[in-house]
Amino acid sequence: MARPRPEPVQKVKQRRDAALKALVQGVPYIQFLGIEFDRRGDELTAVMPFDEKLIGNPILPALHGGATAAFLEVSAIIGLSWSMLWDQIESGAFDADALVDGKMPRLPKTIDFTVDYLRSGLPRDAYARARINRSGRRYASVHVEAWQDNHGRPFAQATGHFLMPVRDG
Amino acid sequence: MDRKKIAEQFIGAIPHSKALGMELIEITDGAAEIAMAYDPRFVGDPESGVIHGGAVSALMDTCCGTAVMSHPTSPGGTATIDLRIDYMRPATPGQKITARAHCYHITRSVAFVRATAMDEDEDKPVATATGTFTVQGAA
Repeated sequence: MARPRPEPVQKVKQRRDAALKALVQGVPYIQFLGIEFDRRGDELTAVMPFDEKLIGNPILPALHGGATAAFLEVSAIIGLSWSMLWDQIESGAFDADALVDGKMPRLPKTIDFTVDYLRSGLPRDAYARARINRSGRRYASVHVEAWQDNHGRPFAQATGHFLMPVRDG
Repeated sequence: MDRKKIAEQFIGAIPHSKALGMELIEITDGAAEIAMAYDPRFVGDPESGVIHGGAVSALMDTCCGTAVMSHPTSPGGTATIDLRIDYMRPATPGQKITARAHCYHITRSVAFVRATAMDEDEDKPVATATGTFTVQGAA
């Protein structure tokens, strides 16, 4: 038996981008910080474009530790939600339109979050990627790394534990 | 200039803390109390209206740093080395969040800080934090 014909690439991309956009745009604090997500397949890179209001030390100047922590936490939660929803997005079960209308899926909740500040955050764009070290039915452990000009010289990293939302079935 | 005035100017001089509407309530030797009013722009869960953990982190970080700088033996500046936050419960939507930090030990190079964040229910903390900070500015 012949396998079904693969979907056209535009349709696949459109569905994934719509799901990601809906997930990110629904959270006011992500918009407040101006964080965006760059997607390559299922891999996400969080981008926080530099803005004056992210400054914590105006003399250096350097990014605020709280802005860095928030950036890492946003990257972790969206990364975890994305991987949690991926199968639904791929099967078409995930309804991005409903999300845009304000019906957000339940997001993971932060239990604890530990940030290591490795060097001061420069007044430039920052990038981050999350790695899910464990994702169980109830708990997940996520590591996030953030860098600016050089990926090999991260300026902050974090590990957090999350409570997964109760899912049907 | 007295310590409170210095700290007030200090918060006003931090663009990120100012953007989050932080307000210095009290400052004593090695301790600080800072409040952040509820703002719909800081919401992390649109369904419930609960403030994002990241905004609570920013409040905790600012409050801990202020406590370090207000310590009598602190020569001036500080930067966060590490900060761990435990989230006990979601902050009640509509209520302001108040953080209290205490710098309980300081050496020539490192300051150790603990903090608690409360909403208007003073019995149950929203979050607690422990952190280490650099001690800078020694001549």
